[in-house]
Amino acid sequence: MTDATVMYPRKPKRIKGRSIAIIVFLTMAAMFFCVPLYVLIVTSFKEMDQIREGAMFSLPTTWTLEAWHFAWFEACSGLSCSGLKTGFWNSVVILIPSLIASIALSMVTGYALALWDVKWAGPFLFILFLCAFVPFQIIMYPLIRLTVTMGIYGSITAIAFVHTVLAMPVLTLIFRNFYKDIPPELIKAAIMDSGSFWRIFVEIILPMSGNILIVVLILQITSIWNDYLIGVTFGGLGTKPMTVHLANMVTVSTGTVSYNVNMAAALLTAIPPLVIYFVLGKFFVQGIAAGAIKG
Amino acid sequence: MPQVSFEHIVKRFGGVTVLDGLDLAVEDGDFLVLLGPSGCGKTTLLNLLAGLLDVTSGRIMIGDRDVTELDPKDRGLAMVFQSYALYPTKTVEGNLRFGLSARKLPKSEADARVQWASDLLQLTPLMRRKPSELSGGQRQRVAIGRALVKHADVLLFDEPLSNLDAKLRTEMRLEIKKLHDTLKPTVVYVTHDQIEAMTMATKIAIMNGGEIQQFGTPDEVYENPQNLFVAGFIGSPAMNLTDGRFAVHDGAPNAVFPDGTRIDLSAYPFKSSPKDGDAIAVGMRPEHFELDAPGALPGHTAFDLRVRMVERTGSDALISLDFADDQLFVRAEPDRAAKTRAGETVPVHYPTAKLNLFDAREGRRL
Ligand SMILES: Nc1ncnc2c1ncn2[C@@H]1O[C@H](COP(=O)(O)OP(=O)(O)OP(=O)(O)O)[C@@H](O)[C@H]1O
Ligand SMILES: [Mg+2]
Repeated sequence: MTDATVMYPRKPKRIKGRSIAIIVFLTMAAMFFCVPLYVLIVTSFKEMDQIREGAMFSLPTTWTLEAWHFAWFEACSGLSCSGLKTGFWNSVVILIPSLIASIALSMVTGYALALWDVKWAGPFLFILFLCAFVPFQIIMYPLIRLTVTMGIYGSITAIAFVHTVLAMPVLTLIFRNFYKDIPPELIKAAIMDSGSFWRIFVEIILPMSGNILIVVLILQITSIWNDYLIGVTFGGLGTKPMTVHLANMVTVSTGTVSYNVNMAAALLTAIPPLVIYFVLGKFFVQGIAAGAIKG
Repeated sequence: MPQVSFEHIVKRFGGVTVLDGLDLAVEDGDFLVLLGPSGCGKTTLLNLLAGLLDVTSGRIMIGDRDVTELDPKDRGLAMVFQSYALYPTKTVEGNLRFGLSARKLPKSEADARVQWASDLLQLTPLMRRKPSELSGGQRQRVAIGRALVKHADVLLFDEPLSNLDAKLRTEMRLEIKKLHDTLKPTVVYVTHDQIEAMTMATKIAIMNGGEIQQFGTPDEVYENPQNLFVAGFIGSPAMNLTDGRFAVHDGAPNAVFPDGTRIDLSAYPFKSSPKDGDAIAVGMRPEHFELDAPGALPGHTAFDLRVRMVERTGSDALISLDFADDQLFVRAEPDRAAKTRAGETVPVHYPTAKLNLFDAREGRRL
């Protein structure tokens, strides 16, 4: 590899008209995200006095973490004034069980549908496919009734349960399609070797699922963390996720609007998915690029 | 006692009947090759035996056990697949062990078997590698090792060599043959490569259209094809099959061709005698022809035929000759072929006893 690059250095390409157009377009697109982000970040480090002067784009005269501290520990959401941290921990407690449950269930279901003789697999897949397109709003009320009947409405369990239920169709289809590409002879060999559904899953299939797991993990973490509607609907007083706390904080503030605190709170809420992207992003791209199961 | 027997096996996929009342028995220690054109149901038959497919009706016996309803794992079989089907995330050793750990063997016994297989197949230096780090031949050896460690009574192979290049295929063919000679397992081996079939098999079953066309030793099948399909299928270059009529001339049986050419069939060992005027097909193997015989040979039919074309294939040559509005291919030594020119006439002799006569309508051997 390196030899080749030494021997045949690539000529730097001249920039043509078309490339310029693309670069200009991409720059503009990036600005759409970057400018608000910039304002968000600098504002969160400013003091209110400076913010009142206007000049959105100026850097803070004195950098301070006060707004961050306030947002995390003291900001009021509704009646309780214990900061975002309550919401953060609620979100974590919602995220983990719904993540585990939704992925584990859909993975095994997808594996069974793809590689084993399941009676009615065809109709079942069709129904899953339909379910994947039913908007949440339509089944919201039945789900509320259901959780009330189950006696979990208003608890973190309810939120996690709803997340799991809603993610199942799409995730199952994703896993099923991934496993469908495993060569049939491989599963035949495994069936002759072991014949056990779980053994084959744990020893052969699970180790082959790395790529797709990363993709699904990112998908799920982002969607569960960023969810608002399910949190608002199914969460009780003390059990609402971080996004709901954030929204309450930003929308219902009496007196002057503390822009710096709001910005800090928004950033705090956005950090976890960002961290996930940075940690798993590389694998994510690999996972999407490769359906890679090569013998 | 037959080791494996198929009793009146019917297999349908939806409305398509792939196997229709098939009977076949394999003796203990036999190396049975299932040979047939693509789509004739070889893989299906193997998968039925392995339990990877369910029979529509019929019974499969292994030894004196009826295994028709048993799970694949419990049938005492091991299988080697065309695509190797190694577990990609396991090492070579892991691949060998997976089938053993599922059988709950004591650790010492499992270790011993893995050691034995890796020695036998020279896998020892590869044990820590993943399948993706192996060559095609090495992967195939691992696949065979994975089957051998299970000490199964019956080994199944589904075209195990067809993904290998010609040289490697020859090597692996010998290796598998050697394994069979030393370990003496019962083998059912699917291929559509005739050379594999002829060199490795102790028994060949020729399949077509979901039926066994002929079952016998390689020599029997080659020398005594029971019907037109087998005659045309076995042998490379293929047997010359020429259409003609059966006729009795002066009390002697004759084959008469459309252009008037005649072969006296007095020396042919008829199994059943056709009627005067019946349509027949006459089969002659390219390698049974005698070129340049000095005068008439006893028991042979002599022709003088015009050369159409000479084809050299390296170690051999094929001369094609005009015969009865058709052509005959004759195998010749390369030296002899080099002297032959298209357009000249050569004398050829064919031993009458080695003719193959078939009823042209039913395809049955006469
Ligand atoms: N699952 C299936 N559903 C429907 N038809 C099938 C199925 N599997 C096989 N067939 C049909 O059964 C016939 C026999 O298939 P099989 O795979 O046994 O052929 P084969 O002799 O192994 O051919 P090849 O030499 O190409 O491997 C084919 O016509 C095939 O189309
Ligand atoms: Mg096949």
